[in-house]
Amino acid sequence: MVVLLVGAFTIAFRAAGPVLLGGQELPQRLASAFELLAPAVLAALVVTQSFAEDGKLVVDEKLVGVGVAVVAVRLRAPLIAVMVLAAVSTALVRWAF
Amino acid sequence: MAPLAVAAGSFGAAFGVLAQAAGMGVLAPIVMSATTFGGAAQFAAASVLDEGGSVVAAVAAAVLLNARYGAIGIAVAPAFQGSWLRRLVESQLIVDESWAVAQIGQGRIDRRVLVGAGLVLFPFWVGGTTLGVLFGDVLGDPERFGLDAAFPALFLALLATQLVNRRTVIAAAAGGLIAFVLIPVAPPGVPVIAASAVCLVGLMRR
Repeated sequence: MVVLLVGAFTIAFRAAGPVLLGGQELPQRLASAFELLAPAVLAALVVTQSFAEDGKLVVDEKLVGVGVAVVAVRLRAPLIAVMVLAAVSTALVRWAF
Repeated sequence: MAPLAVAAGSFGAAFGVLAQAAGMGVLAPIVMSATTFGGAAQFAAASVLDEGGSVVAAVAAAVLLNARYGAIGIAVAPAFQGSWLRRLVESQLIVDESWAVAQIGQGRIDRRVLVGAGLVLFPFWVGGTTLGVLFGDVLGDPERFGLDAAFPALFLALLATQLVNRRTVIAAAAGGLIAFVLIPVAPPGVPVIAASAVCLVGLMRR
């Protein structure tokens, strides 16, 4: 029941834009607003994936990994290196403490 | 894509283990991975059920978490062409990760990158779930390997490529702040949806 309902809603959410509006250019003003969607949502994803757990603010070892990722991004490390460094540093902190 | 695929496979397995523990059986978690194809929403639904929550609560939590795909879908719609059936199928490959890596600037995406990334992630996610459901006890906890830090790191690296001018920096700061403030007070999913509303401010100026 849960699986069917959630699946149906999600498929509809994903399909709505491309199926109804596919291939058409968005109006200029809307397109320029959507330029801001990626930075806003990506920043929100960084924050929620770093701090949110079951609707609570949680501070744990993965913040070390996120901090390492910030440094790696600043040093212009490639995407793969950023992800691996974040995971390895988090794992090391968990293993050490 | 390789670390992304490994991370997706591991978390697919973790979902399988949790879903199993929540009493979802063998087939339901795998079907859910194939249809919902959204980690956070699936974890939310499974953990609500695990804690003895109602079906309505589980569905609401997961639907809220995936509602952002409505906004993302509208934003990427111009890139999706061909028959409506093709657009329907390809749209199902829109996940945070595939959408994020497909960004080519100014809010536009490369549809081929999005579809390619989605096609790589999908089998790892569903396959991982299957392994988790069947052999959950043998696999280690992905958090032991720090894989839960790989996702924020990915989004952070992709965010950095988006910060091209003052408008985008302000949008990112506002989106991050809104999400942070809402985490403790709003149900999971709402912080990201609220942050996506930041782009509507872009309608007003210019």
